[in-house]
Amino acid sequence: MNSHKSITEFAESEPAMSMQLEDPRVIEFDVRTDEMLVNMGPQHPSTHGVLRLLLRTDGEIVHECTPHIGYLHRCAEKIGENLSVVQWIPYSDRMDYLAAMNMNLGMSLAAEKLLGMELPDKAMVVRVIIGELGRIASHLVGMGAYGLDLGSFSPFLYAFREREIVLDLFEEVCGARLTYSYITVGGTTHDLPEEIEIPPGLASLTKRDPRTRLPWIDALRMFLNWLEPRITEYHTLLTRNAIFIKRTAAIGVMSAEMAVSHGCTGPVLRGSGVDYDLRRHGESIYTRMYDDFEFDIPVAPFGDAPPEVILGDNWCRFFVRMMEVVQSIRIVRDALDRYPTAAGEHRVPHKLATKLPKDECYLETECPRGQMGFYLVGTGNAEPLRARAKSSCFCNLSVTQKLCQGVPLADVPSIVGSLDVVMGEIDR
Amino acid sequence: MNIEDIHEILLEKFGSDVVVGLTTEAIDPWIEVAGDSVAEVGVFLRDDERLQLKHLNDLCGVDYLEPDPKKSKRFEHEPHIEVVYQLSSLTLKHRMTLKVKLPRWKNETEGDLPEVPSVSGVWSIADWHEREAYDLLGIRFLNHPNARRILCPEDWVGHALRKDYEFPQEYHGIRGK
Repeated sequence: MNSHKSITEFAESEPAMSMQLEDPRVIEFDVRTDEMLVNMGPQHPSTHGVLRLLLRTDGEIVHECTPHIGYLHRCAEKIGENLSVVQWIPYSDRMDYLAAMNMNLGMSLAAEKLLGMELPDKAMVVRVIIGELGRIASHLVGMGAYGLDLGSFSPFLYAFREREIVLDLFEEVCGARLTYSYITVGGTTHDLPEEIEIPPGLASLTKRDPRTRLPWIDALRMFLNWLEPRITEYHTLLTRNAIFIKRTAAIGVMSAEMAVSHGCTGPVLRGSGVDYDLRRHGESIYTRMYDDFEFDIPVAPFGDAPPEVILGDNWCRFFVRMMEVVQSIRIVRDALDRYPTAAGEHRVPHKLATKLPKDECYLETECPRGQMGFYLVGTGNAEPLRARAKSSCFCNLSVTQKLCQGVPLADVPSIVGSLDVVMGEIDR
Repeated sequence: MNIEDIHEILLEKFGSDVVVGLTTEAIDPWIEVAGDSVAEVGVFLRDDERLQLKHLNDLCGVDYLEPDPKKSKRFEHEPHIEVVYQLSSLTLKHRMTLKVKLPRWKNETEGDLPEVPSVSGVWSIADWHEREAYDLLGIRFLNHPNARRILCPEDWVGHALRKDYEFPQEYHGIRGK
C-alpha cells in the first residue's frame, strides 16, 4: 500500500483536518458575524464621562444598547439630609459641573420657594446675567465636545477658547472657575465686581493691552460683541459641514411623544418640536426673573435646516443649543443694561442654620441640559428630611436604549453626544 | 387647572376609596391616592382630555422616620414611606403632585420591602426613576420590567436613603468605616 496519500485522500480519511483544505474562495463567502457584547465605557472618550454602554452587536449593527450608570454616585441626596440648604449648595455645583451656576440657581430658588423669600430686583438681574452666561459656557462645551465625538477637533479648541473668557469673568465674580457656589439662598454671595483686569484671552483676541483695567460689565459686553459674529463661523465650520450633516441628520430620530413620555427636557425636548421652556412656562418664582426680557425659544423644525434633516434628529438637538446661545447673548445684553439701575441689594440676609418650615416644595428650573428639579421636605429643622435632586440628563439619557436600537456602531457616539449628558448630574 | 379641580375630576372617576386625600395648605398642594390603584389613576391622568398630564417630572420616595430617640418626640409624622409623583402637562401648562403612602415594611416585618404597582407602563421615564427609588429607598415596584438597582452595584446591601440605614463595614475588601 502506498504510504504517501494524496491530499484529497488524506482529507477524506482525516475529517478533522478538512478545514485547512477548503478552497479559500469558499471560506471568504462563509464569513459569519456572531453576536458580540461590546463594552463601551466607562472609560471611553465619546461617553462624556463615566457612562458605560453595553452593546449587543451583530457586525456593525447594534441590536441592543444598555446604559449602566452610577460610576459617579456620590450620595449627594444622603449628604443633603445632613446639611442645611446653604451648606448643600456646593454639592449642587458638583452635579452638572459644566453649568454649576445654573445648578446653584435651581437649588437656591427651591429653598427660597420653601422659605417664602422675596428677592430684590438687583439680585434677580445678577442671577439672570450669571445664569445665561453659564448657559453660553455650557453650550460651548456641548458644541465642542460634540464635534470631538464626530471626529472634528478644531471646533473644540475654538469653543474652549471662548469658554475660557467666561470662566475668567466668573473667576473675577466669585473666585472659582468651575464650582462657584456663587448664587446662594437669598441672592448671590457677592455683588458683581466693579473694575477688573481684562481677561487674558479677551485681551489677546481683541488686541488690547493685557494690563487694561475696565469695569466687569464692559469686559462682558466686549466679550459678547466678540462672540456673536463668531457663532456664524461655527455654523460654517460645524453645523453646515457636509460630513457633520451626514453624521447627524436623520440619525437618532425621536418623536415628540417619545420625548415627553421619557421625560426629556431642554434642548432634547425642543429638538423634537415641543415648545416648552421653563423660562416662559415655569413657575412664577422663576419666570418673573425673565418676564421683561425679550427672547425667542428656538424649537425644531428650522426653516433653514439642510434638506436631509428630519424633525427630532441629532442635528435638530444640536442646532437648538446653538440657537439658544444667540438668545442668551440677547438676554445678557439686556440684563447688563438694567443692572446699574436695578433696585435693592444683591442679597437679602439669610442665616446658615435657618430652620425650614414644616412644608415641602418642588421646583424645576431651565438648566442648559434640561429641567433640573429640587424637592425639599422641611420638618422644622435646618436640615431637610429629604433633599432630592431630579436630574435632567438622567431622563434624557434614558432614551439611548431605544434610539440606539438597530443603528450602526458609529452612530452610537453621535446619538449619545447629541443628548449632551453630564455624568455628574446623572449619578449625583 | 388647579389642584381642587383635578381632585374633583379624580373623585368623580375613582371614588373616595382610591382618592384618599387632598392637602391644599402646602406650598405645592398634593392629592393622595391608594397605592394599589396608582397605575390606573396614572393612565387616567395621562389620557384624560381635561388633564393631559403626559410628563412625569419626577418620581421619588421619602422616608418619614426620625431614628434619633431624642428628636423623635418633636417629629410629627408617623413612620412611613411616601412615593411622590410630580406631573405636568406641557400642552395645558398645569402641574400637580400625587402621593402614595406606604408602610416602611410590608406586613410590619423588617426586611420585607413595601410594594406599589409600577407606573413605567404609563410614563416610560418611570422605569428609571423607580429603579432609583428601589435602589435607594427599598420600595418594590410590582410589574416593573427591569427591577434592578441603578446607581449602586447589584450586590450592594441595604437601601442608602432609608433613615435607619447603616453604612456597611466593608465592601469587597474596601473598609467602609
